[in-house]
Amino acid sequence: MGDTINLKLKIWRQKNSKESGRFEIYDMPGVNTHMSFLEMLDVLNDRLIREGKDPVAFDHDCREGICGMCSMYINGRAHGMLKGTTTCQLHMRHFHDGETVTIEPWRATAFPVIRDLVVDRTGFEKIMQAGGYVSVNTGNAPDANNLPIEKSKADEAFDAAACIGCGACVASCKNASAMLFLSAKVSQFALLPQGEPERRERVLRMVAAHDEAGFGSCTNTGACEAECPKGISISHIARLNREYLRASLSQE
Amino acid sequence: MIAALKMFYSTLGRKLVMALTGLFLAVFLLEHLYGNLQLYKMDGGLAFNEYGEFLVHNIVIRTVEFALFGGILLHVIDALFLTLHNRKARPVRYAVSHQAGNSTWFSRNMGLTGSIILVFLVIHLKTFFVTHRFQGVDTSMAQDVAVAFQSNWYAALYLFSMVLLGAHLNHGFQSAFQTLGWNNHRYMKPLKIVGTLFALLVTIGFGSFPIIFYFDLFGVASNILGQ
Repeated sequence: MGDTINLKLKIWRQKNSKESGRFEIYDMPGVNTHMSFLEMLDVLNDRLIREGKDPVAFDHDCREGICGMCSMYINGRAHGMLKGTTTCQLHMRHFHDGETVTIEPWRATAFPVIRDLVVDRTGFEKIMQAGGYVSVNTGNAPDANNLPIEKSKADEAFDAAACIGCGACVASCKNASAMLFLSAKVSQFALLPQGEPERRERVLRMVAAHDEAGFGSCTNTGACEAECPKGISISHIARLNREYLRASLSQE
Repeated sequence: MIAALKMFYSTLGRKLVMALTGLFLAVFLLEHLYGNLQLYKMDGGLAFNEYGEFLVHNIVIRTVEFALFGGILLHVIDALFLTLHNRKARPVRYAVSHQAGNSTWFSRNMGLTGSIILVFLVIHLKTFFVTHRFQGVDTSMAQDVAVAFQSNWYAALYLFSMVLLGAHLNHGFQSAFQTLGWNNHRYMKPLKIVGTLFALLVTIGFGSFPIIFYFDLFGVASNILGQ
């Protein structure tokens, strides 16, 4: 023992997207510090179900920091206060005994709350559907080494492709802009020869989808980069700007 | 062509307008600072007044003046549109938000610092520009400057605004290049350093006038006032 702390949880509860929500406070005595944040919520939900109450709805899937499902605004920070971490990889040892932990859903017009801490991230899907792919409609898979790619470009594209689409960039941006997500998805193709044929159309369509989904405009505060669990750089946003400018000016 | 115009309606295009007008206004600041430095020539304000006369009677400068006011207007109106749009993107605020952990205060409050600078700009234009250009006041510009800075509140407002302008530029300069797509691993560090140096130059350069004139350091104010 000695590895437990007592917490007070202030959690946003909301029945559905129509009704307005409110905070509810739950006492969490004896939280094991080796638990992850989601496991701590599992313990709370187990208790709530036993008491015949409604458990707290939250998104989660892989619980190893690669799927991008978990999405909580913990004590005023996306995925909590640790750098480069998703909520599932945040452990209770980083909290103090007696602390009140405030848990909110992502807040953005483009991410409406579905229930409690679950938000609808369809806006990201719309951006991807608009151009986040390469059209390869026929033929066999080409040999991997047929297309020579500079190591530095391959690395840069891979860094962009590390985006797990969790939405922490939108959540932490003061303008609820999805530029970091959008730029990562544009960059991963713009840097590679496979993305070249659809390069211009892609960026125009994806930016249009971004705006239509109701995301805000980037003001270069750098908050997204600081909160991104995958450490995606805002230099990708600059690349997106270049791509967009080039495509807009050169389109016939 | 249509795509190029459509660009300016998008979230990215509006930022482009901010960046281009911002950089244009930044260039103007350098010209303005060069002009103001004529006040330090200890010649009773002669060089400064001559420089002012030159500006008024130069056809190129008078043309650029329109672009300048257009630039200011565009910068302000575009900022207003962007701010309103961005407010709409997050109607429900967080109950707890620790943004200090991920970004600087000045980067998040460009709208606030910009608004204060705009208020200062209006007062500043009313004091010097409107009186001489439109109200037919024909006194020595240099003497007007020296008199204006004898006022506590004007000197304080001027200094305060220049500090805010420096902070605004410190974020705005590198931000403009980021928007223009100039951020990569090679450029960003030097650009940030240049931006900070530029912001310091503006704050120290313009900020020196209220201090030196108010306290009549080096006898600059009394030289111009002929005391």
